[in-house]
Amino acid sequence: MASGSWIGRSVERVEDGRLLTGRGAFIDDHPPVSNLSHAAIVRSPHAHARIRGWDASAALAMEGVVGVITGRDVAASCKPFGVGVTAPVHYYPAATDKVRFVGEPVAVVVARDRYLAEDAAEAVVVDYEVLPAVVDPEKALEPDAPILHEAVGSNLAGHRRLVYGDPDRAFAEAEVIVRERFRFPKYASTPIETYGVIARWDGLDGVLTVWSNFMGPFIMHPLVARVLGLPENRLRFIVPPDIGGSFGIKSSIYPYLALIGLAAMKLGVPVKWIEDRREHLLASSSGTDRVAWREVAARNDGTIVGMRFKWFDNVGGYIRSPEPGCSFRPTGNFVGPYRFQNLEVDASVVMTNKSLTGPNRGYACGHLYFETERMIDLLAERLGLDPVEVRRRNLIDRASFPYRTPTGGLYDSGDYAATLDKALVLAKYDELRREQARARAAGRYYGIGLALAVDPSVSNMGYVATALDPQFRAKPEYLPKSGAVDSATVKIDPLGRVIAILGTTPQGQGHQTIVSQIVADELGVAPRDVTVVDEMDTFTRVWSISSGTYSSRFGSVGTSAVALAARKLKAKLVEYAAHLMGVTPGEVEFRDGGVHRTSGKATPYSIKDLAGRAHWNTESLPEGMEPGLAATAVFGFSVARAVDAEDRVNSSNTYGFIAEVMAVEVDPDTAAIKIVKYVTVHDAGTIINPMIVEGQIYGGALHGLGGALYEELAYDDDGQLLTGTFMDYLVPTASEAPDIEIAHVVSPSPLTTLGSKGLGESSSMTVPAVIANAVSDALRPLGISITELPMTPTRLHDLITRARSSASEPRPPRSGHPRPEPASPTPLQ
Amino acid sequence: MTETPIRLTVNGVPRTGQCVVRKLLVDFLREDLALTGTHVGCEHGICGACTVLVNGQAARSCLMLAVQADGAEITTVEGLMQNGALHPLQAAFRRHHGLQCGFCTPGMLLTALDLLRVKPDPTEAEIREGLSAVLCRCTGYHGIVKAVQAAAPELRAAAPWPDRRSP
Repeated sequence: MASGSWIGRSVERVEDGRLLTGRGAFIDDHPPVSNLSHAAIVRSPHAHARIRGWDASAALAMEGVVGVITGRDVAASCKPFGVGVTAPVHYYPAATDKVRFVGEPVAVVVARDRYLAEDAAEAVVVDYEVLPAVVDPEKALEPDAPILHEAVGSNLAGHRRLVYGDPDRAFAEAEVIVRERFRFPKYASTPIETYGVIARWDGLDGVLTVWSNFMGPFIMHPLVARVLGLPENRLRFIVPPDIGGSFGIKSSIYPYLALIGLAAMKLGVPVKWIEDRREHLLASSSGTDRVAWREVAARNDGTIVGMRFKWFDNVGGYIRSPEPGCSFRPTGNFVGPYRFQNLEVDASVVMTNKSLTGPNRGYACGHLYFETERMIDLLAERLGLDPVEVRRRNLIDRASFPYRTPTGGLYDSGDYAATLDKALVLAKYDELRREQARARAAGRYYGIGLALAVDPSVSNMGYVATALDPQFRAKPEYLPKSGAVDSATVKIDPLGRVIAILGTTPQGQGHQTIVSQIVADELGVAPRDVTVVDEMDTFTRVWSISSGTYSSRFGSVGTSAVALAARKLKAKLVEYAAHLMGVTPGEVEFRDGGVHRTSGKATPYSIKDLAGRAHWNTESLPEGMEPGLAATAVFGFSVARAVDAEDRVNSSNTYGFIAEVMAVEVDPDTAAIKIVKYVTVHDAGTIINPMIVEGQIYGGALHGLGGALYEELAYDDDGQLLTGTFMDYLVPTASEAPDIEIAHVVSPSPLTTLGSKGLGESSSMTVPAVIANAVSDALRPLGISITELPMTPTRLHDLITRARSSASEPRPPRSGHPRPEPASPTPLQ
Repeated sequence: MTETPIRLTVNGVPRTGQCVVRKLLVDFLREDLALTGTHVGCEHGICGACTVLVNGQAARSCLMLAVQADGAEITTVEGLMQNGALHPLQAAFRRHHGLQCGFCTPGMLLTALDLLRVKPDPTEAEIREGLSAVLCRCTGYHGIVKAVQAAAPELRAAAPWPDRRSP
């Protein structure tokens, strides 16, 4: 086990030296090939239109223009991308017949430099027949809604009704039922580095090399190969050492790998495209906006007996893989940290004339926990119970781990009650309630919110098949899917220096630092003696379908692979040293960076000594030992299984836990929300580098806060984006970042080599819930319940004004929407 | 298109170049002078990743034309190290985990330097206000604010640098 001295320490990052001095190597920095031409993408100004034709002749006549490819070339040369549903949605790298969202690529202009390419892009004429647009997921399902994909026949890309236990009976027997409707906004993470792609076509060998800041999953490699009609061993993806942030968003670059790849193939020049910010906001990727109807059935003591989820997820103009993960990624943790066994999920995946969606930090869990945790507070309010007590009454007990959820999740470890208690103690919850009583007596709007979340990491790609009907999955020709693997190689050079090679694509998570700590502990050296290389290259790295840096997987699966590779190598060193000493491997042990006799006197062999002998004199190896000092380990989870016939799936592999408490004060005149207290307690198993872990929590929390308060890709009814610049799409700045008190509980995972779990998405999935609960609690005297995000000052001010103006007449509590069943506000003690 | 000659000083070194009038300063620094430490994040002056010092003052190199910088003294992130060692502000960023992906970091460092020049002893609120000129999506700003707080007394004690010229 990891009893060494480096794991658990806030070791300074090895990445920082280059990044602080301007020596990083991002996609836009160092051209990997000479004589690059530069691309500008022509994009649709319409949300929905039929394309009658393209005319690139004026553009082709302009200075410096190398060539133009249009949707016509795409249609002639590409297959559509595979999608995660059975509906016949034909999604190409650029529009071939119709455009279905503003910003959809329709042509690519390639020129000597980017300035000239942009000039010429304006001269490409596309003849459109404009069609009516629809942007609301509920309206898109109405009978008279414009249809985006005629071949599908409706705007429903997919629909599943999943039933676990006996929800009808649970609701029939419930003592109390609470219902509510929620809206979750479309927001993104807007990494400060945009997308970037460089493609070179070697026509003689038939090899397309594509450099990009793509983060994986590398299932997109075979997908792109199929689209371009290339054998997989003729398509090479290379990722530079540095990626300027991603948070899930850069998993959706892959259509551009095909598009720029096609431009390079068609025009016979290496092509570079760097997305600009306008393009990024218009057309990169975001989380889905969702309309959700929720019901919870409970007993009067607060025990939850069942829930119903009904939601409409808006995936935009097409459905792009891995969607509909928006609906199904949390399948295994649909119930969160609660014990109830009866659940019905009615998920509609809807296409509208908005930009396309995909993983965004907390993928689908921000939605899930916003709804669930609001419902728990509404239940507590209805029953006149403290929200802490309702949660505590329903928590999965510590003795139940590993815990199988009714939806197929296998929670590996945890102590949810202790984590909640720690958060309450740290926040001084009782004192906050006393402060609230004082504030209310003085006419101030002070509220306290709670949120709990099971934090899933390392998605099991098998979850995607939950989108398909069990009958479809039962067909003999259907191939089941499952898995979550990562690899690592550790090698020792002839002078005893250690190099670790990864196939991951870090975007700021400090993999090099983490791996140097792990290998240092395993081999008894210092982290600075370990060089870590993490430049993904599909031609040279050992990788698989699920490789990549997404779904908080490195903390679980990447670290496990590294530790196992180092152990394999260590075992070889032990065997070799024993051979040199003329004893059996059982008589020696590895410690302090060398191999020692367990008893008796003998000179130990250091790693350097063994490396020198092994490399320079292979005759010294024991008979049958493979020469060389390198070991590769591929780590995978045996708990990653395909979805079963009852739609149960362990959708992730490790499950952390988050408990949060927030206190806010709302100014009723300006609608400003002041965060007075924010405590977050995490259980991510063994912590390898506390500094990096806390950095992830601070960043995740601010992402969640952005989605809850500021950020929205807002559209008008015609499908025009209203927030197309950073002047309109509001990213939180340092002035908006609250003080955060962070604490940890450690329940090591029994499934990973070091006991660690992923944590990269962290509080992004809890902040929308905790702040909505806190603001609702603050505004309870006005009868306001938050059911819609973001809580912009305008939206909140409107709620407050309406509530105050109707204060004289008795009315049910107001929310952003009519409430299906009014709940009477119950004051908390 | 006709090109215009440009003479300027970058990180204390006289540099010359030639480019079309419409070329942005950031593109000139990155493409013509191979100083790729300065990053492009939005090209409309909000994210601040491209911030450099122009005659000692923080400026968006995506909102300036290269020809406007003719005769100017520019400091980029590549010019911050002193005698092969990290500048105290860079060292503080490292110590306090003031960066993750590092993409906004160059703009953050130069903005913080400008802030500490104008306000050598800022309050936390003033630091946050000053840094709100640069967007970071990784850190939640926590480590960045801590780093600037830690570096401020060190910079006060040291000789003014890299501001060699009053604006």
